[in-house]
Amino acid sequence: MNIGIIVFPGSNCDRDCAHVVSAVMGQSAHLIWHQDKSVQGMDAIILPGGFSYGDYLRTGSIARFSPIMEAIIEFANRGGLVLGICNGFQILLEAGLLPGAMLRNTGLSFICEDAYVRVENADTPFSNQCEAGQVLNLPIAHAEGNYYTDPVTLSALQANAQIVFRYCDKEGKCTTASNPNGSIDNIAGIRNAQGNVLGLMPHPERCAEAIFHNQDGHCIFDSMLAALRGHTPLPA
Amino acid sequence: MKAKVYITLKDGIHDPQGRAVQQSLHTLGFEAVQDVRVGKCLEIELQDMEKEAAEIFLKSMCQKLLANMVIEDFRYEIVST
Repeated sequence: MNIGIIVFPGSNCDRDCAHVVSAVMGQSAHLIWHQDKSVQGMDAIILPGGFSYGDYLRTGSIARFSPIMEAIIEFANRGGLVLGICNGFQILLEAGLLPGAMLRNTGLSFICEDAYVRVENADTPFSNQCEAGQVLNLPIAHAEGNYYTDPVTLSALQANAQIVFRYCDKEGKCTTASNPNGSIDNIAGIRNAQGNVLGLMPHPERCAEAIFHNQDGHCIFDSMLAALRGHTPLPA
Repeated sequence: MKAKVYITLKDGIHDPQGRAVQQSLHTLGFEAVQDVRVGKCLEIELQDMEKEAAEIFLKSMCQKLLANMVIEDFRYEIVST
């Protein structure tokens, strides 16, 4: 499979993602510069973490208007798989490919730690190799991960099973104490209504191989591959 | 001509930054402070044009880029022509 990883000025997890795609998953990773205008030939796209454009104005707000984004929006609208990790999630929100917005963490600090998330929906192209209710331990590293959306949109996300990951404790209970950044409804990751675009704040690429003590992130990349190979039918 | 654009969080959106500033003001003895909301102010130099045309530009800039309509409100003013 050909996986395109978009490189914005200030991206800093692009090579980590490329490493996982190629060295761990055995696929072809293609770094695509943000000034490019095409994602032709790619089977899936990853928007990596980092600080695109220095997080100026709002996180993701300037990257969202990079030349490559038109191609990504078109790719997503055609049903192509798009995964946004951390800053990539923020860019997807600014681009309107996912609903809602990010606020500053309630504690104001940049948080860099491991967080437990529960798989709320294991029937997506990004979680089909997980089990519903499974607890993953994934690193988070952000200052603006406090997901917010209006009550009507939140109800729609809940009703359509668009909330894919929620912050929880080790036992899988979603509590206020296990919510690191103040996200509404403990949201750590959501998908779009069609199901082909996912954004999450945690970094699965930082824990996806045996050399680390933790390989919990592997299942997300595995899920994408399974979806691309047709083992799990893509949502209509 | 010069314009100022003000971006503020919508009412009801929690502003931890404003809260931290408020607490600090209280520590300094400004106990009369009841609430603080932190926003952004942008000073924009525009080529000269009719005020109405400038306002249309400013509104469009705010909606497309300067403000995130999910969480923020905006207002603008022409400060010099």
